[in-house]
Amino acid sequence: MSSSTTRSKIEARLKKRHARERRFYWAGLISIAISFFFLLVLLLTIFSKGLPAFEQTWIKLDVDLSEKILGVSRNADHDALFRAHYSRAIKKSLRKMFPGVKGRKQKRALKNLVSHSAPWDLREQVLKHPELIGGTHAFWFLAKDDIDLYMKDGIDRQADESERRLKDYQLAWIDRLLAEGRLQKRFNTRLFTSGDSRDPEQAGMLGAIVGSFYTMLVTLVLSFPIGVGAAAYLEEFAPQNNRWVDFIEVNINNLAAVPSIVFGLLGLAVFINFFGVPRSTPLVGGLVLTLMTLPTIIIAARAAIKSVPPSIKEAAIGLGASPVQTLFQHTLPLAMPGILTGTIIGMAQALGETAPLLMIGMVAFVADIPGGILDPATVMPVQVYLWSDSPERAFVERTSAAIIILLGFLVIMNSVAILLRKRFERRW
Amino acid sequence: MKIVLVTLIALLLLGYFLGRKRSLRLARRVSGKRKLHSLPGYYGYLVAIWAGIPAVVILLLWTSFQGRIVTSLTMADLPASMQTASSDERGLIINEIVNLAESGTLAQESDPVKQAAARHYLHLKQIGDWAVAVVVLVVALLGLLFGLTRIKPDARARNQVEAVIRWAMIGCSAVAILTTVGIVLSVLLEALRFFHAVSPLEFLFGLKWSPQMAIRSDQVGSSGAFGAVPLFVGTLLISSIALIIATPLGLMSAIFLSEYASPRFRAVAKPVLEILAGIPTVVYGFFAALTVAPFIRQLGEAAGLNVASESALAAGLVMGIMLIPFVSSLSDDAISAVPRAMRDGALGLGATRSETIKQVLIPAALPGIVGGVLLATSRAIGETMIVVMAAGLSANLTINPLEAVTTVTVQIVTLLTGDQEFDSPKTLAAFALGLGLFFITLMLNVVALHVIRRYREQYE
Repeated sequence: MSSSTTRSKIEARLKKRHARERRFYWAGLISIAISFFFLLVLLLTIFSKGLPAFEQTWIKLDVDLSEKILGVSRNADHDALFRAHYSRAIKKSLRKMFPGVKGRKQKRALKNLVSHSAPWDLREQVLKHPELIGGTHAFWFLAKDDIDLYMKDGIDRQADESERRLKDYQLAWIDRLLAEGRLQKRFNTRLFTSGDSRDPEQAGMLGAIVGSFYTMLVTLVLSFPIGVGAAAYLEEFAPQNNRWVDFIEVNINNLAAVPSIVFGLLGLAVFINFFGVPRSTPLVGGLVLTLMTLPTIIIAARAAIKSVPPSIKEAAIGLGASPVQTLFQHTLPLAMPGILTGTIIGMAQALGETAPLLMIGMVAFVADIPGGILDPATVMPVQVYLWSDSPERAFVERTSAAIIILLGFLVIMNSVAILLRKRFERRW
Repeated sequence: MKIVLVTLIALLLLGYFLGRKRSLRLARRVSGKRKLHSLPGYYGYLVAIWAGIPAVVILLLWTSFQGRIVTSLTMADLPASMQTASSDERGLIINEIVNLAESGTLAQESDPVKQAAARHYLHLKQIGDWAVAVVVLVVALLGLLFGLTRIKPDARARNQVEAVIRWAMIGCSAVAILTTVGIVLSVLLEALRFFHAVSPLEFLFGLKWSPQMAIRSDQVGSSGAFGAVPLFVGTLLISSIALIIATPLGLMSAIFLSEYASPRFRAVAKPVLEILAGIPTVVYGFFAALTVAPFIRQLGEAAGLNVASESALAAGLVMGIMLIPFVSSLSDDAISAVPRAMRDGALGLGATRSETIKQVLIPAALPGIVGGVLLATSRAIGETMIVVMAAGLSANLTINPLEAVTTVTVQIVTLLTGDQEFDSPKTLAAFALGLGLFFITLMLNVVALHVIRRYREQYE
């Protein structure tokens, strides 16, 4: 065998090996690219669907607030004004604008140009300014979800009328309103200032945001001290090779991997059925989430405490401090940035958690803004779930908007955690 | 309730300051602070502890049991005709009375017996609230006074306070055990009640799942079927799809990031992958139901296949995406734990990078990678929101990924989110499923941790 054939063989094999190397490289790059692609598609979908929900269509109507229509006199007391016929006033003004409307179906459709909340909004205005009674004034009202969707997405006018959500006569109304400049898209403040509603155009996130806030408050107040206490004990005081301590550690590691829904079952059976904690409240939600976040906080806090150099603890002991004093005056303050980072990450996880809260009744429809930890409430991710389950088409964009708000909170929390880690975490 | 808490906190602060002041006064009498055993603050803490701990314990116990005692007392005072009712009916009656009392619509109730009972309930509750306030505050006050008498220059206040702190920390650690015990007990007890009604054999091996219980006993098909096999098969189907996607993608991403990527690329790509891990599962569920499922359906139609709108493929695919960062970070840990020398040795012998990875690194890191995949499996099995939103509801015994299947977690959610009566097998079935879920994931975790730990011993 001559050396040249060996060499050509080796070269041929080398070529193959290098080709394999390139293929492997590309396989790695492509799998990362696929992950990024999925993330991109996910975010694009959510944002393209959700951003329109931050705008809402309003309709301007000239409402005749004569005493005859409202059924109250101008200087009536608050109670009478409260019960005046505001919906009649709105109906009359719509009829006046579109006089040719015939038949029950069309009349109902006409009424449904504006949201069901219009009479209450009008009432609020009138109660604030009773001097308006008697004249005709222009008011902006929230448009019904169908109108709003038309303003955002348009509609295929060529399609058969029976298959369209808006009929020809409704489109004619909208065209006229548009021509007269009576339709306007505005920033959707209601999304942030009102609670849940069955009508998509009125539904807002405030109830869920406040509910999440109370739930997180309960979770933080319970899980932070318990988590830090447990971590400090296991790291600094626990006897080595003690069976109980080993058992505790095994438990913590296992709890970190127990499916979240099982915690929901625990909450239902123990907190609600045994201890009688009221259902659907931030209190019981916070209790369940505390048990779920504890492993995260304990593990992070232990790592942070472990990273404090022994020399500092020994110096404190040497100067006569007791072990507890050393812990509270030296170890914990030095470990605090790491502990806080872990806590914030744990809280961010808890904020996005949905499944266990479904078990303990936080899926109930709650229109009121919760006022404390004992009021029925829902939280942001559950609100996402509830809206995504609603049949109205307008709730699709609301759901995406709710996700954007939820992601916004998560981004803020995680940025704070990263900042804390970068700014304050010391390397010894 | 709020007033009690505020007063209690005020009492604790008062106790601290009184204790501190008293110790300082004592110190002056015995010539200087240095004669005190502990720093003055510790005497303050000691008094606060004496005032606080007994009172808080009583408050917690009382509030957790007051509701039950009050309802049973109300029950006991009901007329005899209601006493003889069955336990189900009694539960209904007491619920009605409590709702009546809490809702404030007492005056509108037509039944005088119930009205009286609701009044009685409110009355008892009021007595209870007053009693707990008085008892707690009296106990706190007595504790405070007792604490004050214990202040002497040679009292070992610091040691006592520190002992209390240590016990508190042990209590914090024990929460982990209590949680596990709570999970096991709650799930197990309810599951046992379920197995009284439905035989475990039927549950484990039955092929039909339709938990609709009839309202009347003589209704057709009133029994309901509780064969869990379709659920477990559905869970396995969706989890396998997820793992088939997540394992290669996650592993290759980890290899690329740790072995090939430049530091700059790595610094950008790793946090982006972590974003994928930080997105709440409800968002993935929405994405699966809204975008992925219709897309797969259209794709199938184009290829002439009949795809269900809630296909297992869609849920599994999205779950796979969710698991990519999880698999990737665990494999990354395993690969970077392989000693540098092994890598250098292989490269020095002339192996290409991919050969080093395939023939040296992956075999060495295999236990860690396998452990990571097992943990990912346990996550996939326990994942709830994606399947609740994107998978089907009807139990369908199939392994065709284009059809709709249901999973264990979906069934738990559907069984427990409707109306609940705690005696029907329908509700209890959720706990039996929960027991199965807990058991399976526990096993997977134990095996995974065991595999990872064995591997660690090889090189250290």
